[in-house]
Amino acid sequence: MPDENPKRDKFLTFISLSFLLCFLWYADNHFSNYTLRILNNIAIFIILAVSYNLINGITGQFSLEPNAFLAVGAYTSAIFTLSPEEKLRSFIIEPMAWPLSEISLSFPASLVVAGVVTAFMALLMAIPVFRVRGDYLAIVTLGFGEVIQVVANNIVSVTNGPLGIKGLAPHTNIWWSWGICIFTVLCVVRLVNSSYGRAMKAVREDETAAMAMGINAFRIKTLAFTFSAFFEGVAGGLLAHLITTISPSLFTFLLTFNLLIIIVVGGLGSTTGAIISAVLITWGGEALRLVEEPISVLGFEYEGIPGMRMVLFSLILIFVMLFARSGLMGRNEFRWAILINWLKRRKTSEAKNQ
Amino acid sequence: MINLLNIQELAVHFGGLCAVNSLNLRINSSEIVGLIGPNGAGKTTAFNVITGIIRPTKGKITFLGREITGKPAPVIARSGIARTFQNIRLYDDLSVIENVMVAAHSSVSYSFAEAILGFGRFTRDEARIRKRSQELLDLMGLGHLTREKANSLPYGSQRKLEIARALALEPKLVLLDEPVAGMNPTETSDFAKFIIKLRQDTSIGIGLIDHDMSFVMNVCDKIKVIDHGIEIAWGVPHEIRNNKKVIKAYLGEN
Ligand SMILES: Nc1ncnc2c1ncn2[C@@H]1O[C@H](COP(=O)(O)OP(=O)(O)O)[C@@H](O)[C@H]1O
Ligand SMILES: [Mg+2]
Repeated sequence: MPDENPKRDKFLTFISLSFLLCFLWYADNHFSNYTLRILNNIAIFIILAVSYNLINGITGQFSLEPNAFLAVGAYTSAIFTLSPEEKLRSFIIEPMAWPLSEISLSFPASLVVAGVVTAFMALLMAIPVFRVRGDYLAIVTLGFGEVIQVVANNIVSVTNGPLGIKGLAPHTNIWWSWGICIFTVLCVVRLVNSSYGRAMKAVREDETAAMAMGINAFRIKTLAFTFSAFFEGVAGGLLAHLITTISPSLFTFLLTFNLLIIIVVGGLGSTTGAIISAVLITWGGEALRLVEEPISVLGFEYEGIPGMRMVLFSLILIFVMLFARSGLMGRNEFRWAILINWLKRRKTSEAKNQ
Repeated sequence: MINLLNIQELAVHFGGLCAVNSLNLRINSSEIVGLIGPNGAGKTTAFNVITGIIRPTKGKITFLGREITGKPAPVIARSGIARTFQNIRLYDDLSVIENVMVAAHSSVSYSFAEAILGFGRFTRDEARIRKRSQELLDLMGLGHLTREKANSLPYGSQRKLEIARALALEPKLVLLDEPVAGMNPTETSDFAKFIIKLRQDTSIGIGLIDHDMSFVMNVCDKIKVIDHGIEIAWGVPHEIRNNKKVIKAYLGEN
């Protein structure tokens, strides 16, 4: 087995993060807006996948919350970044309720508020749901997703109803999205590698045996769920200020379904898997736009079928569930020691071959 | 010697079935108490009630003078009662040492925020837990298997790992549900030596269920025999060995 070496590992992590930042700096200056948009999307989906995996994969509590929490985060942060004049202008059906109409915050502050509000919602759900054992979380979160859309459509004086909120400043750039993405991953990884993370995994593996060893399963599940919710809310804020227009129809169950595919393909319970899979599927999803566009190959006319991407994604999910249930990474995590050992072995085998 | 556990008139019903019926039991520190009886007698159910996994229908359980009847399992565990399971219940996908470290969670002094920031108490506590868990694995003869996955261990080692995990709670009372089931005679006699030594070194009280009579007679100070949820005998090993009711319960009515 490879050796752990915390100092070396920290150093290597630091170096690779520096490389990532250099790449982002280069991308920011040289890449097209379209490519940058994809990079932003990737960062947001990494945040979502890593937090979603915390409750679903690490803690083993099947949940269907991402679209709902993304909506809560997006609306909260959007409501807080608009200036009072903008609110007057865009809330045309019904003016915005006081005091929301007067409050205006900076973008980072609005992200924090989005995270906190979403975490609070999660807490309200966790308290009744985790008091009892069983898979109620999936049902409750699914229902909450529907409720949120109805609320967004109908509480016009807060959400501007079906018109949605338009004209948000495009605050989200490479630095915000990737900065928060790196921060989220570091937080989640540290939490998972602490005693709290071990307790979450123990609850997943055997809840009764976890409780018999003094673990308050209710508290641990609530912690995991609220923690996930915080970052999903922040991701919602990032998304809102990336696409600059949000409306209730944006946050359908399809989003949750996408994320479910991402974490299952990555390997339920593996943060590394969630990251790799978020990159592949977000980027691949863009590449797959091809199948929805008309093309002609060797004289064959292909008209392009809208929604074809979702069919392909569903097929991927079915394939993974049937034939590769542990996904790309299983429950394994990337560790420097493994990479170094692998490189060493390759070197020795190369030396032998010569 | 102080009284740890005191069970009075405990009864557990599952629908119409009376799994445990007016059970009384005392376990003191530095004492090994056996709980024996034929299959389905209600032994495991009694352990499940003591550790808060099942609520009793009737009766009172006190631990160190405080009532714990019907309290949640984690509260009871943290008050100092650890256990193992008849049908081994490890955290299969976690490594051997992680299994043990999980049980030390209640001794962690850092908050989750400190875990994320990662200094001070976090580093200290993690080092302490890891060291203690390694000691317990060494004690159980599993020290070389630290990084293996729990479910990759052979049966006998999994039983030992469950005991290491129980001890990581730093309990005052340990309840062992058929600890030598599936062990060969050498392993069993080693294990007998081990728990006698454990009792000498730590003053822990031990409650023990097993079907291996020579093992039970060998290690227990006192033995309680139950059948169909009803107590039929209580005494030191040689009294139990010669008790007519016990012989009848084990050999059947005829
Ligand atoms: N959770 C449960 N629900 C219903 N019946 C149970 C449950 N647990 C145990 N029983 C029943 O209670 C009786 C005692 O079981 P148990 O305590 O496991 O016996 P043993 O002495 O062999 O450990 C058995 O008849 C068993 O079927
Ligand atoms: Mg039993």
